[in-house]
Amino acid sequence: MSRIATRFVALQERSRKALIPYITAGDPHLDVTLALMHDMVKAGADLLELGVPFSDPMADGPVIQQACERALKHGVSLRDVLGLVRRFRRDDQDTPVVLMGYLNPIEAIGYETLAKEASEAGVDGLLTVDLPPEESREFLAALRPYAIDPIFLLAPNSEAARTQRICELASGFVYYVSLKGVTGSKSLDIPAVAEKLQQIRQHTRLPLGVGFGIRDAQTAAAVAQVADAVIVGSTLVSILAEHGSQPELARHKVSELLAQMRQAIDQST
Amino acid sequence: MSNSLNAIPAASSITDWNAFPDASGHFGPYGGCFVAETLMQPLEELRNAYARYLQDPDFLAELDDDLRHYVGRPSPLYHAKRLSRELGGAQIYFKREDLNHTGAHKVNNTIGQALLAKRMGKTRIIAETGAGQHGVATATVAARLGLECVVYMGADDIQRQAPNVYRMKLLGATVVPVTSGSRTLKDALNEAMRDWVTHVDHTFYIIGTVAGPHPYPAMVRDFQAIIGREARAQCLELTGRLPDALIACVGGGSNAIGLFHPFLADREVALYGVEAAGEGIETGRHSAPLCAGRPGVLHGNRTYLMEDANGQIIETHSISAGLDYPGVGPEHAWLKDTARANYVAVTDTQAMAAFHHITRTEGIIPALESSHALAYAMELAPTLRPEQIIIANLSGRGDKDINTVAQREGITL
Repeated sequence: MSRIATRFVALQERSRKALIPYITAGDPHLDVTLALMHDMVKAGADLLELGVPFSDPMADGPVIQQACERALKHGVSLRDVLGLVRRFRRDDQDTPVVLMGYLNPIEAIGYETLAKEASEAGVDGLLTVDLPPEESREFLAALRPYAIDPIFLLAPNSEAARTQRICELASGFVYYVSLKGVTGSKSLDIPAVAEKLQQIRQHTRLPLGVGFGIRDAQTAAAVAQVADAVIVGSTLVSILAEHGSQPELARHKVSELLAQMRQAIDQST
Repeated sequence: MSNSLNAIPAASSITDWNAFPDASGHFGPYGGCFVAETLMQPLEELRNAYARYLQDPDFLAELDDDLRHYVGRPSPLYHAKRLSRELGGAQIYFKREDLNHTGAHKVNNTIGQALLAKRMGKTRIIAETGAGQHGVATATVAARLGLECVVYMGADDIQRQAPNVYRMKLLGATVVPVTSGSRTLKDALNEAMRDWVTHVDHTFYIIGTVAGPHPYPAMVRDFQAIIGREARAQCLELTGRLPDALIACVGGGSNAIGLFHPFLADREVALYGVEAAGEGIETGRHSAPLCAGRPGVLHGNRTYLMEDANGQIIETHSISAGLDYPGVGPEHAWLKDTARANYVAVTDTQAMAAFHHITRTEGIIPALESSHALAYAMELAPTLRPEQIIIANLSGRGDKDINTVAQREGITL
């Protein structure tokens, strides 16, 4: 069983909903990202999602675009992110780490090589935003020998047949994009999310995570009532954007917000 | 990268070029549909609508009528006699897309997509633009059909193409400056995609080139192929034979594929796509992914890209905003690998020289983009015999570029 599956089983036994923070690796600096990863686990994160910087993040709003630009300014590459995960694994062998990014940096390394190196580094899942299942046959074949889960997205407009197909290919968990838009968008319609999750559950027993548009503890708690995992990204990245020059303060603020979310989620479920 | 790259067939073994792309949008290993999940359903909707209206006599009649009476087609095939005589080689003909309404080939495609948008019940049009030609062509058809229009344009391009920005505004479009990334065409495309994913229910995204996710490369090609269909018939009528060579500039590659496609089965017709070598391929400051890039995935399709060793897209350079793009339509990648077409590159300096020369010799001010094709035509013609024929696509007129040219030459207008 993969580290992600193991983690979700353990969470379900304790009736605990997963909190999954996202930050862009290398923003403001790889060393700060490493410290933040441990901080976030302490503050109540169950899985970690690391953004791999890309020059053309088409599915991301301005907050994560700018985080990518900041990281790329000092040349953070996919291989650097693998190195970061390797360093994280020296002190944490249990918390699953998912890399979220775009296909081209993976193509530059090659599917087989990337799968092998990611597995050796201790990566547990790969979410490749611009790789829909239709184009993923060779990628999935490359992941198969390793314990890496391909994480797929489902959207509000994914129809039943697609949902079925994606659920068949996915492992680890399924990431439901709560709204039509880019990361960091504003409004979130909880009843609509709940209804869609119910439909998705007819196709899979995998845990369902919800992301896009979760900005505060209250929304996190509301989403936790209907989903298995709450994914929080842009709101954390904006803290780093604001306080990137004072890493200690940024770390404190990220931990503080995550702890609030953790508490709100636990109280509501 | 997939192993299927090893299995590129030779052009001579391909008997039906219309079989590409396949049902899932692939030209061999290139093309495809690499987008986030939220765009999969609207792309499916677009594919279905396009397949349906491509067979619809009513739609095709309306398109044909607009191309004739609104765009002014057919565009002439003009024999550049003075230029040909002076070069002493092949006879050079210009396909005069610069004479279309709005001054470039872009309108062939925007008319087609806007009519499609209307029939699909979409009320809002978005587009990306580099030189502003596609933005103007989109704003034009949106004005005529009464559709809301938003055009994304790199902040740097807005600076260098001010007249086109004002034209779009006159036509009622909202021009949104894009300040992310390299502030040029690729970033405008990213931003348009972000808009589309957010307003997907009522918005139609008119992509201006033969790139993007399936069905765009095929759909835009089909709308632009009128260039090559006309040129083929005109050449036969004027000269009684097919041309020996076709030349067109390649940024995303829509005017080139439009000219080339109806000739793909005519193996005796050589095809030359001309990329922007900018300050020179060896300087790294260019926009020539086919000549100096490698395959990767960007903007929804697999194609040749300008990227660094880590797979990050790098900044491109060309004097012409319309060629300043790090990717290229996937069908060009396919034509390159099958060796059906040849891809070469022309520097800023060579394009500028051709711009002046054609202006003075033929009394036609070509767009800087088209000047790249003309520069190569001037290079190729003397190597051919006087009874041979070259058709160069004069894809747009150069009025929009006079500020750039003047500035480069230290002249204040």
